[in-house]
Amino acid sequence: MISRREFLQASLAASTILGTSGLSRWSRAMAQQSLTQDQLLQFDAFGNVTLIHITDIHAQAKPIYFREPEVNIGVGEAKGVPPHVVGKDFLNMFNIKPESPDAYALTYENFVDLGKAYGKMGGMDRVATVVKSIKSERPDALLLDGGDTWHGSMTSFKTAGQDMVNIMNKLGVDAMTSHWEWTFGQDRVNEIVETLPFPFLGANIFDAEWDEPAFEPYKIFETGGVRVAVIGQAFPYMPIANPKWMFPNYSFGIREERMQEVVDEVRAEGVDLVVCLSHNGFDVDRKMVSRVKGIDVILTGHTHDAVPEPVLVGDTILIASGSNGKFVSRVDLDVRDGRMMGFRHKLIPIFSDVIEPDAEMAALIDAEREPFKAELEEVVGQTESLLYRRGNFNGTWDDLICDAILSERDAEIAMSPGVRWGTTLLPGDNITREDIHNVTSMTYGACYRTEMTGQTIRTILEDVADNIFNTDPYYQQGGDMVRIGGMGYHIDVSKPIGERISNMTLLKDGSEIDENRSYVVAGWASVNEGTEGPQIWDVIESHVRKIGTVKLEPNNSVVVSGL
Amino acid sequence: MTLTRRDALALAMGGVAASLLPARAMADAGADAIAAFTGGAEVGTDGITLTAPEIAENGNGVPIGVDAPGAVAIALYATGNPTPGVVTYTFGPKAAAQRAETRIRLSKTQDVVAVAKMADGSFKQASATVKVTIGGCGG
Repeated sequence: MISRREFLQASLAASTILGTSGLSRWSRAMAQQSLTQDQLLQFDAFGNVTLIHITDIHAQAKPIYFREPEVNIGVGEAKGVPPHVVGKDFLNMFNIKPESPDAYALTYENFVDLGKAYGKMGGMDRVATVVKSIKSERPDALLLDGGDTWHGSMTSFKTAGQDMVNIMNKLGVDAMTSHWEWTFGQDRVNEIVETLPFPFLGANIFDAEWDEPAFEPYKIFETGGVRVAVIGQAFPYMPIANPKWMFPNYSFGIREERMQEVVDEVRAEGVDLVVCLSHNGFDVDRKMVSRVKGIDVILTGHTHDAVPEPVLVGDTILIASGSNGKFVSRVDLDVRDGRMMGFRHKLIPIFSDVIEPDAEMAALIDAEREPFKAELEEVVGQTESLLYRRGNFNGTWDDLICDAILSERDAEIAMSPGVRWGTTLLPGDNITREDIHNVTSMTYGACYRTEMTGQTIRTILEDVADNIFNTDPYYQQGGDMVRIGGMGYHIDVSKPIGERISNMTLLKDGSEIDENRSYVVAGWASVNEGTEGPQIWDVIESHVRKIGTVKLEPNNSVVVSGL
Repeated sequence: MTLTRRDALALAMGGVAASLLPARAMADAGADAIAAFTGGAEVGTDGITLTAPEIAENGNGVPIGVDAPGAVAIALYATGNPTPGVVTYTFGPKAAAQRAETRIRLSKTQDVVAVAKMADGSFKQASATVKVTIGGCGG
């Protein structure tokens, strides 16, 4: 019997007859022969310093499918430039052949067929193999974790992040920054930080009462014969986008002046290289490094963008390493005389059927899952539809979640948060309890039911839209649009706040939303303390059990203009 | 469950501005108050730094800092508040620095303006838009 790995190699070898012109660096090598671990890891070491970046793992210890966005609108100066380029435009921009491994890894088109051919991606045991391989060549390579690591799965929820802490400690992280980590509460964060063998960096994390720095802003490492400062930047909008009652003692913010101050401080210390490990999001980072002087490399996170080449902003290189363990970035730098003289970069795709799992890490992951194994793997239903979330507007997972809310909570309108995490299922897949947690896991998952006027609903849509489509990145929080069930609307993304939303329609009877009428609205992930209701994953499980097989109709309820 | 409007807005994880009309932030009352301080004189924009968050974590206590070396007085305005004037700091000739920090309440998304009166009688101004929202959903 042919193993999956052999099958993959055979099918890719056959595909090379289609030609190899115009392929990007790593796909060319793969398509020329076959997809092998050696090729994925192939890298001609460069200079004297190596950075390894991984970010937004969202507690996905096992391989997953993750469909990259079909809609990722950039506004203002970000219009039409990475990461706001998707599908065919993305392939053209980076010279990637359609249907190739990197087309599968980096774009959405033909995702189902390619997913079946190339298999799942990620898995922290595969990531461990990649990290070990790089460290065998560059023993003092710095492994930097951009945050959103402890949250996003059923096991991380059950262990309050401990499973991922154990995994990342074993992986050998040198420093991290944070976002969803804080949703376990400030006491839990501090409890874990005490135990970490590496710093939990955040130059922008301040004491809320005294407005003074509260966490280590940076750490200086000696590596490759030079001194490298790694400055942490936590998610700036923590108390706005997530429940601030969970971390009342801390204040965040972009704090551009503070970043400049810290860069100046480490420069004065005489470091040779300044790296910023950021959870600002891509557009915010692009703006920040255009204004803060002296950062050589910014490792960006939060917005889940996988960009195959560094983006240059002035003298700074911006590295975006995707999410969910799908990618690891290796950045080799030539640092001499206190300056970055050159770089070489590779966004390494973690094809889980090609990269050999590291046995020790695989054993640790299995041990972490063992107490919950039966619960995790229980099959709740099946799907005939592709289930994904990522994209500016409703994904199919969100459609299913909104259907579940409308039906189980007897509501007229459902709201589901536009978070960018949430893994993908292919048609024909079983839906397990773990799969449902992968798109809903959180410490504030109560599914509320309340009444709102049409005017209030409009205010919410306008406000969330401004968090995404404000032309100044500093006013963007880095999520996607709130997902709506039971109601359609039009949105003109080019307009200012208050003018983007129109044609709000109640889908059940086609009536226009009345600004003054009250509607029964149910949703989840409220940032309000004391929100009541069943947990969202239980609501979805109950719904899926009733319908048995998920089969979604195309959703055309959101009409987008102003592109 | 009984909800106030503010609770209902915060419930809907989406995040909510208390006002939909920030563009009109520089309302007449704010402009009038500033004109009263400057006497209608021309104002420059260099030599004054205003530090404010882009998005307020708590609209009831927004940290604002202002630094205007050489100023004899600095006035702060929340142009969208019912009463725009917030505070005026005066600096004597022996003041080592002409810098102040405070926290102010902002009723809605608006521009915060700092105006410094310099020793030679000229004026300098800096402004920053502070967005006031109740909640949101991050990635």
